[in-house]
Amino acid sequence: MTSTQANPETLSALDRPNSYIGKTVPRPNLDRLMQGRGLYVSDMELPRMAHVVFLRSPHAHAKINGIDASAAKQMPGVIAVVSGKELSTVITPWVGVLSHLKGLKSAPQSAIAVDRVCWQGEAVAAVVAISRALAEDAAELVSVDYEELDAVTDMRTALDPATAVIHVSLGDNLAFERNHDAGAVDQAFAESDEVVEAEFVFGRHTGVTLEPRAVVADWNAAEARLTIYQGTQAPHMVQNIAAVHLGLKESQVRVVCKDVGGSFGIKVHIYADEMATYALSKLLRRPVKFVADRVESFNTDIHARDHRCKGKIGVKRDGTITAFEIDDLTGIGPYSMYPRTSAIEANQVVNLVGGPYVTRNYRARARVVFQNKNVMCQYRAVGHPIACSVTEGLVDLAAMKIGMDPIEIRRRNLIADDAYPCASPSGLRFEQLSHHAALAKLVKMMDYDALRAEQTALRAKNIHRGIGIASFIEVTNPSAAFYGVGGAKISSQDGVAVRLDAQGSVICQTSITEQGQGSESLTAQIVGSVLGVSMDRVRVILGDTDNTPYGGGTWASRGAGIGGEAALQATKVLRNNILDVAAAVLQSTPGELDIVNNGVVDAVDGTPRIDLSELARIVYFRPDTLPPGIQPEFMATRHFVPREYPFAFTNGVQGSWLEIDTDTGFVKLLKHWVVEDCGTIINPQLVDEQIRGGVVQGLGAALFEKCVYDERGQLTNANMADYLVPMSGEMPDIDVGHVVSPTLESELGAKGAGEAGTAGAAAAVTNAVNDALRPFGTIITEIPLTPQVILTALGRI
Amino acid sequence: MTTAVTISLNVNGERVEASVLPRLNLADFLRDHLKLTGTHVGCEHGVCGACTVRVNGDIVRSCLLLAVQMHHATVETIEGLSDSGEIADLQSAFRERNALQCGFCTPGMLMAAQDLLKQSPCPDREQIREHLSGNYCRCTGYQAIIDAIETTARARTGRLP
Repeated sequence: MTSTQANPETLSALDRPNSYIGKTVPRPNLDRLMQGRGLYVSDMELPRMAHVVFLRSPHAHAKINGIDASAAKQMPGVIAVVSGKELSTVITPWVGVLSHLKGLKSAPQSAIAVDRVCWQGEAVAAVVAISRALAEDAAELVSVDYEELDAVTDMRTALDPATAVIHVSLGDNLAFERNHDAGAVDQAFAESDEVVEAEFVFGRHTGVTLEPRAVVADWNAAEARLTIYQGTQAPHMVQNIAAVHLGLKESQVRVVCKDVGGSFGIKVHIYADEMATYALSKLLRRPVKFVADRVESFNTDIHARDHRCKGKIGVKRDGTITAFEIDDLTGIGPYSMYPRTSAIEANQVVNLVGGPYVTRNYRARARVVFQNKNVMCQYRAVGHPIACSVTEGLVDLAAMKIGMDPIEIRRRNLIADDAYPCASPSGLRFEQLSHHAALAKLVKMMDYDALRAEQTALRAKNIHRGIGIASFIEVTNPSAAFYGVGGAKISSQDGVAVRLDAQGSVICQTSITEQGQGSESLTAQIVGSVLGVSMDRVRVILGDTDNTPYGGGTWASRGAGIGGEAALQATKVLRNNILDVAAAVLQSTPGELDIVNNGVVDAVDGTPRIDLSELARIVYFRPDTLPPGIQPEFMATRHFVPREYPFAFTNGVQGSWLEIDTDTGFVKLLKHWVVEDCGTIINPQLVDEQIRGGVVQGLGAALFEKCVYDERGQLTNANMADYLVPMSGEMPDIDVGHVVSPTLESELGAKGAGEAGTAGAAAAVTNAVNDALRPFGTIITEIPLTPQVILTALGRI
Repeated sequence: MTTAVTISLNVNGERVEASVLPRLNLADFLRDHLKLTGTHVGCEHGVCGACTVRVNGDIVRSCLLLAVQMHHATVETIEGLSDSGEIADLQSAFRERNALQCGFCTPGMLMAAQDLLKQSPCPDREQIREHLSGNYCRCTGYQAIIDAIETTARARTGRLP
């Protein structure tokens, strides 16, 4: 038989018959979550499991003169009260630095504070009891003798000579500084028709995962093995860090991640109290469970943003942007977080400012300082909302100054869609972006001109509506350039193993993890499509260092692009292996056969030849009937890491339409639009929902969310009633559109989509607020845009 | 107030007798004593709505009620509503619309949605958004949830989408 059809191997996975790629299909296994039958770490119980409660410092900075736990230890049900010094016999301290962030410094941090506490909420003792309630009772009986020290709270004065130095051994409170100077900035400003400056202020906020951080650590002394059940985005990273600091081999640590109640970057880190829980299990030789309560979450989950960034833009009367300059300052708490460090956000701000635009003239300084507040680190869209708000705020100010429409100034300055590959002024390499196509699509989706007309008409009626536009770029699919090159044992590659089982079902083990993004679904979609089996036959296993290939996990918008490509490549190998055996059984050749709808068919006309379940039966139970010399291999493993580009940049643009009540200062969001380009779309619905969820987190930062500290370093709103997050009643509907520029780094062509929404939402809203307030001659460059901020700007209070 | 109190109640159609401390809240009683872990604890102070259950037909925050208050009460949790099939169409709409990501808020969200649809069979989007304002979701941005509830309401009242 001669096949005239193209070899199926030359078809991409997208072209195969019955492909799930590019289609909206429901995620597998949602019933478990909808019926209340998931397994979150907070649901877990093990035999002999004890509960730990941490006694936490009420002071921002204090010396610990002594701890008296005698009364607590007498309480029935109390197993142990452990101080930082006692725990230090089991676990070593750490320093959160990376070598590629030159000059970054931090001090050794312990699982539980020894001698000194450096923020309100740092653990000073662990109380372990047979129930959490008893542990909390006992914690109240522990008395700690503190001697308060000067607290460094204001980042603006943290570097003043008169300010106390938090870690004397470091010499000062400067954790990290980066300077960048590209092009001819001074000359560009001198040649500009207008130069505009502003200071942008970003509130410190946090992730508020609905399930607090939770861990069950189970040291089995007889096996000399620690099993950590944790809601983490990066199981292999946790395995490495736990092993290093507990003096174990990685093979002695297993990390299992079941259902996770929200992550957003909050759960990509390793916290001191989690390290303490691992150590307590080892010390006490029994399972120990820690679940943060909500107050603890606010005081100890990483915070993010908290930047003050001075910005400057030069522009010519024809709209040409001549240069950007920024001076960014951020306070990160008393320690750089471990192992990803707290310098990444400021570093990203320097990397990303001006990124969508043509100008090559860019100067930046970023300084990262220590303070006696909770630690800050990477949270969804790290640095992007800062960079985007500063850039887009400056662009709008420039447009306003020269009397140009915000859309028009962007049209004149965004990098042309046919200019790629190219690099940004900070040296970022772009493979293919689509700013102009995205902007054109957004203008159409918004019906921009009609909105402008409506705005004008309503202004006459004293109704103040505004339109805000924000173009952005997003870092996705990071290579080893993010962490590996700096010495962190955080993998940038991912692996997938896929096998055909005896009844023709497919088991797929992947090193990416699931926190609701749809990792399981996209993996099953890819495997099903490439193999030619229906998705319901594909079972995906994630989140277990014993039972998945080694890999990075799900963070930095990398799951689909990196883990998805590994799944595609592994499945291609399995498919070939299956076709080899099928050809031998059917006295055909692999090129003449295909797999469609769970069965081997003739490639030329789709005639069914043998069902996969029948082929698997022969392979597993009657290999004696196979032709001589055939050794079937129905399992295949492949790993993938991007090698050409350090990051697969995506781009997009957001639009906001809102109304301001100038009497109350309240902002009503009327509508929000996003157009983004994440390359190949595996599941449109999942991408859109990632965008929408990300936008709403960005809207939270724009309007509500802020960790309010007083001058003594006390967090004054550490509960859900006082720390506001977006609720359904105040969120708008969000329209999402796409431009598709696949990355050529992978066969799949997918880039990330998890952070695009968060990257640009606050910038769009702030620009819309300033657009609405234009008749009042006031400009606001501070978020959250609370009624107080708006009324102050309006001179009403 | 440290002596256990005996309570008798009906949980998801089963008669339950239990001896509980007065300070035990309903959420912890359901989760720790009855192992009904579908009722989630998100904030423990009545704000987030993850612990929403039905008591005597009304939705309540189980973190704000004490177990001892449940004497002679009828309590329904997400496990009960799922097994009875009462919200099968709502769950199906959530699945089709991907109205959940991490799923932690979802049991409470479904409870609140069902409550709305019982009170008001044809709510508009604003009414749905308003009714869910006591249930936080950090993943979805709410729109998919509103869509799923709107779809269910239309289907239940025989209206075309």
